[in-house]
Amino acid sequence: MILTPDEIRTIRQEAGHFPHPSAAAIEALNIAQEGHGWISDELLKEIAELLGMSPADLDSVATFYNLIYRRPVGRRVIHYCNSVSCWMLGAEDNCRHLSEKLGIGLGETTGDGEYTLLPIVCLGACDRAPVLMIGEETHFNVDPAKLDDILGDSGAP
Amino acid sequence: MDKPLTRNFKPDGSAATLAEYRAGGGYEGLKKVLAELAPPEVQQRVKDSGLRGRGGAGFPTGLKWSFVPMGEDAPKAKYLVVNGDEMEPGAFKDRLLLEGDPHQLIEGVAIGAYAIQAPIAYIFLRGEYRLAAERLRRAIAEAEEHKLLGENILGSGFSLDLRLHTSAGRYICGEETALLNSLEGKRANPRAKPPFPQVSGLFGKPTIVNNVETLCNLPHIFRNGVDWYQSLSRTGDPGTKIYGVSGRVKRPGAWELPMGTTAREIIEEHAGGMREGFRLKGYLPGGASTDFLLPEHLDIPMDFGSIGKAGSRLGTGTLILLDDKTCPVRMVLNLEQFFAQESCGWCTPCRDGLPWTVGLLEGLIEGQGRPEDLETLERLCGLLGPGNTFCALAPGAMEPLQSALKYFRADFERYLQPKKVSGGAYA
Repeated sequence: MILTPDEIRTIRQEAGHFPHPSAAAIEALNIAQEGHGWISDELLKEIAELLGMSPADLDSVATFYNLIYRRPVGRRVIHYCNSVSCWMLGAEDNCRHLSEKLGIGLGETTGDGEYTLLPIVCLGACDRAPVLMIGEETHFNVDPAKLDDILGDSGAP
Repeated sequence: MDKPLTRNFKPDGSAATLAEYRAGGGYEGLKKVLAELAPPEVQQRVKDSGLRGRGGAGFPTGLKWSFVPMGEDAPKAKYLVVNGDEMEPGAFKDRLLLEGDPHQLIEGVAIGAYAIQAPIAYIFLRGEYRLAAERLRRAIAEAEEHKLLGENILGSGFSLDLRLHTSAGRYICGEETALLNSLEGKRANPRAKPPFPQVSGLFGKPTIVNNVETLCNLPHIFRNGVDWYQSLSRTGDPGTKIYGVSGRVKRPGAWELPMGTTAREIIEEHAGGMREGFRLKGYLPGGASTDFLLPEHLDIPMDFGSIGKAGSRLGTGTLILLDDKTCPVRMVLNLEQFFAQESCGWCTPCRDGLPWTVGLLEGLIEGQGRPEDLETLERLCGLLGPGNTFCALAPGAMEPLQSALKYFRADFERYLQPKKVSGGAYA
């Protein structure tokens, strides 16, 4: 087992809230991802079994959502918004800057395993565009200078 | 001017506490409802108020509720689901309501759940709204502690279990039947209608899905009455509206204003007008899936009927501005890339038509466009339009495209002469 006893307990608890355990699929994937960083095939199989689903069914859910990772990611994922208001106000410049600063392209992870760079759709803060999330935290009115402040030297190639 | 929805917002951006919410009359609407009104009366009053859904479609809320089976023979299991999956590009109003005054939503949920006699309610929240999730969790716990949720609310005999579900991010989840599939732990493809969710929704039980802002209106309607509520508006559509502006204005933001405020007032007075050096070329009045309007439409009231007559939709009421230094074709490409990516892939016109649209626009911008491509784009607007797809995603995606082809034709045609464009007319 890759899932810890704690994780199994929490997943079972979530599943108990619904008429069918499979309804807790997203909750379970989130719980597992929080502990393990991403959803490997082995994790997927274990979760599917806990929820009484086939791995294929659970995978059709896991691959559907922007925030479930089916490949390894860095400790902190940078999601930069590329939707219309952010695009208009400099999202592409920010992405280019991040890419150069971290030495990675979209979908790639820095050598030290710290950051993965991914685009994301509208983050719902268009009045403070451009916006991006680094890990759990959302940053507003971002420009390359602000990115340098936020990231410092960490993750530099 | 009354601003019921945002009255408890604090300048520092922190959430109104339960004590603060109650000091301003919070939970009095719920108290009144539970003590004085039978569920059908609650439904009737919401019908009388004229409240229309604030999630984009503008369906009358009381009418939506009225299709839920009621009475002794109705199923005991029913659900009220809050649609907090705010992912429409340009929309950021629900975030403000969730972060600024979570108890207002909870009170609205309790009133709505009582009206349809649902013992369980879910808040379906987009996963990226971490702060909103944290504040909602705290507020739900506070409300439970004070008997405003849970067993026997305020001694009324009505019980409600309110749960927070944080999604994992996908635009289609905002479509109510896709949302229900997602909540059931399935791939979030929309469902065929009928059956409508009011009859067979979550887990096959009667279900109402209402937007965050819609539900936030309820406490005020019941505390202050229908006449008061209707007097808030400047037009036939009652209440206030949280309007927002993004793009190249001096002060982007959101403001609660009387329903029917004009785009001119919103943009010029509240958002401070365009930034120095930029002129307004057009705007999407209600988010990414609404038709462009032009500066000549600025004096039209921003309400459901008036914006509809002008050929667009009020949608979420959050305006996205196109300025004269931004290429409309590239802006439309960005919008279509969004819709193509977020299509669930279930039905063919949407799954294949949106990438086709994106490809044509990219080709045009890269200088490989042919004159007939513009006709193809126009044909796609029909093929992906209402009636040909499973849900409203593709028709919504066609709204900015069809209106851009109409209003900004010259900008599309300019790309047909690649040499003259080089770099484009826009920076």
